[in-house]
Amino acid sequence: MAKTLDKVDVVTVGVGWTGGIIAAECAKQGMKVRGLERGKERGTKNYAMIHDEYRYAIRYELMQDLSRETITFRNNLKMRPLPMRQMGSFLLGENLGGAGTHWNGMTYRFLPYDFQIKTETEKKYGKNKLSSDYLLQDWGITYDELEPYFDKFEKTIGLSGEDTNPFWGKRTSDFPTPPMKKTPLLKKFEKATKDLGYHPYMVPSANLSEPYENPDGSKINACQYCGFCERFGCEYGAKSSPEVTVVPAALKTGNYDITFHANVVEVLKKGNKVTGVRYIDTQTGEEFIQPADVVVLTSYIMNNAKLLMVSDIGEQYDPNTGKGTLGKNYCYQIEPGATGFFDDQMNVFMGAGALGMTIDDFNGDSFDHSNEGFIHGASISFTQSGTRPILSNPVPSDVPVWGAEFKKASIENYTRSLSVFGQGASMPHKNNYLALDSNYKDRYGVPLLQMTYNFTEQDRNLHKFITDKTVKIMKEMGAKKTEGGNPLTDYDIVPYQSTHNTGGTTMGADPNTSVVNNYLQHWDMENLFVVGAGNFNHNSGYNPTATVGALAYRTAEGIQKYREKGGMLA
Amino acid sequence: MDNPKKGTSRRDFLKTSGIAAGALVGGGVLGGLVGYNAKGGNGKSGGEQTKDPANKHEMQTRGLMFFQNPEEFNVLSQATERIFPEDDLGPGAIGLGVPYFIDNQLAGNYGSNAKEYMQGPFFNGEATQGYQSRLTRAEIFRQGIALMDEEANKRFKKNFTDLEGGQMDEILTDFQKNQIDMKGVSSEFFFKLLRQATLEGAYADPIYNGNANMEGWKMKGFPGHQMAYINVIEDEKFQVIEPKSISSMQH
Ligand SMILES: Cc1cc2nc3c(=O)[nH]c(=O)nc-3n(C[C@H](O)[C@H](O)[C@H](O)COP(=O)(O)OP(=O)(O)OC[C@H]3O[C@@H](n4cnc5c(N)ncnc54)[C@H](O)[C@@H]3O)c2cc1C
Ligand code: SF4
Repeated sequence: MAKTLDKVDVVTVGVGWTGGIIAAECAKQGMKVRGLERGKERGTKNYAMIHDEYRYAIRYELMQDLSRETITFRNNLKMRPLPMRQMGSFLLGENLGGAGTHWNGMTYRFLPYDFQIKTETEKKYGKNKLSSDYLLQDWGITYDELEPYFDKFEKTIGLSGEDTNPFWGKRTSDFPTPPMKKTPLLKKFEKATKDLGYHPYMVPSANLSEPYENPDGSKINACQYCGFCERFGCEYGAKSSPEVTVVPAALKTGNYDITFHANVVEVLKKGNKVTGVRYIDTQTGEEFIQPADVVVLTSYIMNNAKLLMVSDIGEQYDPNTGKGTLGKNYCYQIEPGATGFFDDQMNVFMGAGALGMTIDDFNGDSFDHSNEGFIHGASISFTQSGTRPILSNPVPSDVPVWGAEFKKASIENYTRSLSVFGQGASMPHKNNYLALDSNYKDRYGVPLLQMTYNFTEQDRNLHKFITDKTVKIMKEMGAKKTEGGNPLTDYDIVPYQSTHNTGGTTMGADPNTSVVNNYLQHWDMENLFVVGAGNFNHNSGYNPTATVGALAYRTAEGIQKYREKGGMLA
Repeated sequence: MDNPKKGTSRRDFLKTSGIAAGALVGGGVLGGLVGYNAKGGNGKSGGEQTKDPANKHEMQTRGLMFFQNPEEFNVLSQATERIFPEDDLGPGAIGLGVPYFIDNQLAGNYGSNAKEYMQGPFFNGEATQGYQSRLTRAEIFRQGIALMDEEANKRFKKNFTDLEGGQMDEILTDFQKNQIDMKGVSSEFFFKLLRQATLEGAYADPIYNGNANMEGWKMKGFPGHQMAYINVIEDEKFQVIEPKSISSMQH
């Protein structure tokens, strides 16, 4: 029934950042690469009418069609898993560019500490800092080993920034482009945090401060600070995305093509090798088999994990026995923060997705945790990304949420409130994991991915600690009234928090505790690579994509090595 | 978990996750707080409304795509006006065309939950699991609006649209507090949808038939669609900018 296509050297499942990077690098090396993307083609010309909060930010025009596929969710093993019927907590990508089209572009490298978190924690705080319920692991690679790949990703996207942060890892080269404009609001945060003795720096931004041509010859324009960035595509081609960087670079070689409307449902295998993938044409319903020498899963953490599970590759993690690796170490992030209400009106509607400043004084292990009930921490940022009126109706907590008083206060405060927020690291816990659902299926008859997740004690302690810091900063910024977020309770899939999901297909040095090696080559299938934030063993206090991009570049190198030598690369 | 009334969202919306009050921040973190502020609703509806701003005549000069009779539409209109009333700052929901916005949306993908996972089986979940109803938004609105009128008749022997503002608020508050029996969904969830849709209609681009004359934006000081702020973003001064709709790009 399924039609078998001609074999290619490399097939990627999904064409976002990871799929685009693998394609560009492998195609440049002369490999025939095919990208299979379940969504449609799109590009800068389709973002001409993008300044529409309702269509793009509220109704999620650019994002995944959940009527076809979603996940199921429960907080703990005792709860009945139910489908996430509407998008909320995180916004999944779809179509050319994936979530890289509508991301903000805040592009941080994870800290050297992150990659060796278990070793570092034990060295400094002993073996019992966290209970054995937390599945802390080193990543099987160091920051120094990954540095050249970070460098490469940053040069590809033309990252704008400044190297003034004393807490992050050593960089071998300068930022490709200078930092973005330091607006009056950013200066407010800068002054407040400096006065408190902290170390503010400009957020490394993929909204470029000036026009740039990357080493592949792709051109990225200068950001116009239009204020419609997060959740939107850039009509200027000024936000680095796969469509304006790696995808054209791959196409230029003549060795790459993309099949759209191709939803992959299975990875096919024989012995210790995979032979290709099976997909369904979402327009005709026809089935195809795409044979390939190398299969690369670049379909975001959810689908990467799901495809391995439905294809029965690797051993599913079981929280009751602790056995198995697939689905283990799923982590999210925690978002402590404070909102301040001011007297004067401010230009909050102007901005760019990654326009902001950050401090790392309470991130990683940059402060002493001996007396704290948690490890790691959070970056604390102020961003001016363009506040829009539907999504932003800030009122102090003693004001009702509808009616005359609400209307007045929400209008008054729209231009008179600011928020400072932390991106809190999240540590893996034995009860948080991904598996296959046994009740619900997607449009193609494949089981949905099931997520079991709740915040843990470590998260709650960290949340409280960082909330206090954000309140202090907001007060110092001059708010007449400051409110910190509520204490952390149970994870709730409804309100948006962040699209920083990690884990499930972890990397490491040991097949007993990880799914892929440090080239992201599957331990059981030597010609299968799995790329994405699913490889993270825990989640850090930053956005993930620079680290994902670096890992993708390393994978591309691994694929090249594999083609030369075969066998396991590590 | 097996109480059918509990519906999808028992707790105060967004009274969760420790999200900062009203926070809307970048980096792809937080955001989406169309719902209540994160401290949770306190159930109050706010002060008294001074006058009934409904211009019923004008309302009926425009067509309806979803509602089948003016009565339903008028109940919706009055309810949205209580949520977002006219005041000295400017028009309320009716003056902004919010009821037409909602009508149009209910007739389209929004009303039919076209981009949402609507396959069964359906179970009542925990609040943290979100929307679990087999009903579409269109069905929820139709049922909820009929119930508002029923409640008005039961309590005050009047139609909803003939009630005093305070009486409407009493009924709306009971919806919000989940005190009204609805089939297949909680009244609290319906109220949340209604409130959210009202704000969407007040502030969405006027191409969607709400935010008439961009008055919603003017009240808030939001300039709508502008090509760029690069030349003013470093200014200390608050910029008062005449708002523009994306429709201005099309001609
Ligand atoms: C609103 C928002 C803001 C963000 N802001 C930031 C930020 O400031 N900084 C940062 O670092 N990160 C940010 N992120 C996260 C960032 O977008 C992701 O980390 C990144 O895009 C992930 O790239 P990826 O290639 O792994 O996956 P994706 O970009 O999700 O690409 C995966 C692709 O695979 C396709 N696919 C999935 N399943 C299948 C299948 N079965 N068959 C065929 N194709 C399939 C999808 O359609 C998609 O196109 C943000 C995300 C969002 C949603
Ligand atoms: S803020 Fe800058 S990068 Fe973002 S969409 Fe606007 S112009 Fe593009």
